[in-house]
Amino acid sequence: MATDNIMKVNLKVWRQAGPKEKGGFVTYENVETTPDTSFLETLDILNESLIEKGEEPIVFDHDCRDGICGMCSLYINGHPHGPATGATTCQLYMRRFKNGETITVEPWRSAAFPVLKDLMVNRNAFDQIQQAGGYVSFNCGGAQDANAIPISKVDADEAMDSATCIGCGACVAACKNGSAMLFVSAKVSQFALLPQGRVEAAKRVKAMVAKMDELGFGNCTNTRACEAECPKRISISNIARMNREFLCAKLKD
Amino acid sequence: MATIDSKIPEGPIAEKWTNYKAHQKLVNPANKRKLDIIVVGTGLAGASAASTLAEMGFNILNFCIQDSPRRAHSIAAQGGINAAKNYQNDGDSVYRLFYDTVKGGDYRAREANVYRLAEVSNNIIDQCVAQGVPFAREYGGLLANRSFGGAQVSRTFYAKGQTGQQLLLGAYSSLNRQIKAGKVKSYNRYELHDIVMVDGRARGIIAKNLVTGEFERFAAHAVVLATGGYGNTYFLSTNAMGCNCSAAIAAYRKGAYFANPSYVQIHPTCIPVHGDKQSKLTLMSESLRNDGRIWVPKKIEDAKKLQKGEIKGSDIPEEDRDYYLERRYPAFGNLVPRDVASRAAKERCDKGFGVNNTGLAVFLDFSEAINRLGIDVVRQRYGNLFDMYEEISDVNPGEFAREINGVKYYNPMMIFPAIHYTMGGLWVDYELQTSVKGLFAIGECNFSDHGANRLGASALMQGLADGYFVLPYTIQNYLSDQITVPRFDPNSKEFIDAQKKCEAEQDALMKIKGKRSVDSIHKDLGHIMWEYVGMGRTKESLETALTKLKELRKEFETNLFIPGKEEGMNVELDKAFRLKDFIMMGELIARDALSRNESCGGHFREEYQTEEGEAKRDDENYFYVGCWNYQGDDNKEPELLKEPLKYEAIKVQTRNYKS
Amino acid sequence: MSNSCLSSIGKKLIMSISGLFLVLFLLFHMSMNLVAVFSGEAYNAVCEFLGANWYALVGTMVLALGFIVHIVFAFILSLQNRKARGTERYAYQEKPAAVEWASQNMLVLGCIVFVGLILHLSQFWYKMQFAEIAGITNQYGVADGAAWMQYYFSQLPVVICYLVWFVAIWFHLSHGFWSALQTIGWNNKVWMDRWKCISNIFATVVMLGFAAVVIAAYIKSLC
Repeated sequence: MATDNIMKVNLKVWRQAGPKEKGGFVTYENVETTPDTSFLETLDILNESLIEKGEEPIVFDHDCRDGICGMCSLYINGHPHGPATGATTCQLYMRRFKNGETITVEPWRSAAFPVLKDLMVNRNAFDQIQQAGGYVSFNCGGAQDANAIPISKVDADEAMDSATCIGCGACVAACKNGSAMLFVSAKVSQFALLPQGRVEAAKRVKAMVAKMDELGFGNCTNTRACEAECPKRISISNIARMNREFLCAKLKD
Repeated sequence: MATIDSKIPEGPIAEKWTNYKAHQKLVNPANKRKLDIIVVGTGLAGASAASTLAEMGFNILNFCIQDSPRRAHSIAAQGGINAAKNYQNDGDSVYRLFYDTVKGGDYRAREANVYRLAEVSNNIIDQCVAQGVPFAREYGGLLANRSFGGAQVSRTFYAKGQTGQQLLLGAYSSLNRQIKAGKVKSYNRYELHDIVMVDGRARGIIAKNLVTGEFERFAAHAVVLATGGYGNTYFLSTNAMGCNCSAAIAAYRKGAYFANPSYVQIHPTCIPVHGDKQSKLTLMSESLRNDGRIWVPKKIEDAKKLQKGEIKGSDIPEEDRDYYLERRYPAFGNLVPRDVASRAAKERCDKGFGVNNTGLAVFLDFSEAINRLGIDVVRQRYGNLFDMYEEISDVNPGEFAREINGVKYYNPMMIFPAIHYTMGGLWVDYELQTSVKGLFAIGECNFSDHGANRLGASALMQGLADGYFVLPYTIQNYLSDQITVPRFDPNSKEFIDAQKKCEAEQDALMKIKGKRSVDSIHKDLGHIMWEYVGMGRTKESLETALTKLKELRKEFETNLFIPGKEEGMNVELDKAFRLKDFIMMGELIARDALSRNESCGGHFREEYQTEEGEAKRDDENYFYVGCWNYQGDDNKEPELLKEPLKYEAIKVQTRNYKS
Repeated sequence: MSNSCLSSIGKKLIMSISGLFLVLFLLFHMSMNLVAVFSGEAYNAVCEFLGANWYALVGTMVLALGFIVHIVFAFILSLQNRKARGTERYAYQEKPAAVEWASQNMLVLGCIVFVGLILHLSQFWYKMQFAEIAGITNQYGVADGAAWMQYYFSQLPVVICYLVWFVAIWFHLSHGFWSALQTIGWNNKVWMDRWKCISNIFATVVMLGFAAVVIAAYIKSLC
């Protein structure tokens, strides 16, 4: 049941004035919240008190707060999106933490995701990878009837599982190698599984992997940290599929 | 008084769009390359319009406030998208979809627009499937459908509970293809601040780079706004935190009429507000109403005990429960349209039957479904929603609570209505052009298709219809005589002046140096709006609202405090700009609601209801689109213009969901 | 094919193929060793067969190449990965339960394996095959593997070193084996758990096989 128990936490937050400035941790003690308050709302509460004191609030990315837009990030107590599994930061509630606990909040750490300010990072690299080939090449208006190509339910469901990726970057943040393989493979898989995407599958996978490498993401060493931390539980079987698609495509060159 | 020309084509309803396309002016490919279009927003409408126009050959400048076009709030839509495919052979047709949408909108939508929407709905599904959107399928490999509120056929296509996400990612993929091809230039983390007019036409925008904090000038031959709705005027809503109405208000200030602002949709199944520190409300999918039963206690004593926390919902036996939707609307039961369900919940809570500590919640109960189908089946259908609910409120709705007189009871969910969608928006004609030449509005940003209430799974349909299949045609009718107009220089006087105006506004905001944060004032705004301009409105409440909003504007102008500097990223400053426009929007909503002396769809005036508490329309006096025309000054009252509605195909009736 | 070597997946493929090749070698080496448990003479016959003749030498060269490629690419990848991680590190890190310890420490494990390998080569290969080529004479014959084994594995410190080494190889193998198949793309949701199980069984069998020889020799020395 909803409770009005007040709880207090200490927030140890990374503050950084700009991309080139040097950052550091600042600890805000005894931030009052309740177990039914979300983590981001607790940051809102803290920000409100900072503004009251005339200080600049902590900057962090967030938008839908429904766990779907992929905007929120934050590395909380050693986990991207915090300690809850299968959930984004905006779906994290304070009852996950103990009264009086010190919670460490850091931005995503990866060379490809530079910090813009405080906890906000630039994930533009993900867009660039998608632009390299994450689409089916056809123009609006030219489509045939939607039921003209039957697609097996198994394939459609699996493509859907891959397509569930919200592009938040938790996989990169979790990976000790800063690898984006889970993200890229999810998109490659979705299209590779569907007849619409099959046509240009070889071209797509080569273009997207090349872009990923170019942008300085690391190499996958199959630690499975990405899969364990992914808020949408994207499986690394996607990575195996991408490897397969990529190697086959290259062998045909 | 300006006259309103909605430019509806001649001919019978079913032939209007075909006729229009056959006779409209087009731009040839060589000329398309010479024309630039600004598209603001990257949701379903914005991304689909930007990519389709680019595919045609226009040069597109595309803006979004998020860090990536993929994060626009269309992504949060759960349920599905309607189309009149009739794949289920259950008697669906373009006409039926058209009829359901007009009826669902309480006969306040423009007939011709809705018919066109129903007509192109089928193309949308084809387009999305070709893009690789993984819609749900049957074992035979063909597309699956589900049913949704307000319809008697299964016409909703879906991709798990993430249809909006998948459709948006489809549009985003087309957009990416055009970005790679160099036809779309994408500006992320940019926010529109003003629309630049040259010789009476929209010719560009001033946008703020939210990272560097600098205002930048962009010129084009036409400007398209796809910037969503104004639900966040109420502070607490199911909209994303960044959703705002500043672009629409900027257009309004430039002379674009704002139509039907009082039509605000309140979604019945949201998680109730738990405290004053809350920033956002969470929507639980409408699909829960398929198996969940909504109730409050019959006895006021039980309600009192629930409010004090002395008993739990599962302690109340069947005979003491009031399933008020089933009682009032036997034919549709728990599946009545959203506005009806929301109002009924409010009515019970107003009478003191609310079931949580604030008295503002009703139960959504799955005991009957679990007893009938077993927990496994119920969890298969709603497991992810149950988990989501548990994460937020620490109650597991599938958990057995107790047995009374041989009946097993499970923990119910608590729900309450919340602001979800805005049917009103910038007025547009049949071509989706606002009353400002060269300025177009698509998606939730315009007012056109949903009348006074939107049916579930229709928002996605409208956004994509506008972006993929309507605007790319109609905009050419405008651009065809612009081919000789050379590109505009963003360093010309009009642009420089507009930028200076934005900078001056920014200086003014920073200089207030009062005591209150943006959010604290926004919360006050939300409180006024919900209290006086919310689900039930009266003449008095609306007048109070207008007075209070005036005071609030004063408070904003004199007591706002923005920390930090003008230079560089300043999130509070950006929010302050938005709040300024939300206050303006609040006044518009209240004014429109006050002027509309009837109840219809999302607009419920308590003075105008039947004896049973149903909305009472006044078709004789209010059968029009209310268009508000800015008078050049925020302090001047806007002028109300009326676009009369003409129904040729449909007979206007009283909405009936009882039998 | 050539330019795929430059891509991240290409480099990983090289790690994978060279790794699988070394896995095969280990299997072969272990089977050969097992012979020693039963008969020193038979073992010596194998050693004789694998002396300084052309096919054994080619085999050794290919094997060495496999090691070198595997090691060189391990360092190239690790350096790139370090760079990709960025300059700032997390202050607070916690390993998710599903992540195997070995998977995150392959380079460290590899280094331990490498140190063990040097020891092993100096004790056996240097005194057998290499001695044969170079014409060096030792206390035991260049093909008397059984005697060398008995000599070294009678010493407790050597035995302990070898057992530690085997444990490191076990960890390295348990991740490396399925990881190699994943990199090639021979994996999916169903096979994921199967490959992991096979990896563990394979690593255990191979390493128990090696350990058996060492322990058997040590016990023999005690009798």
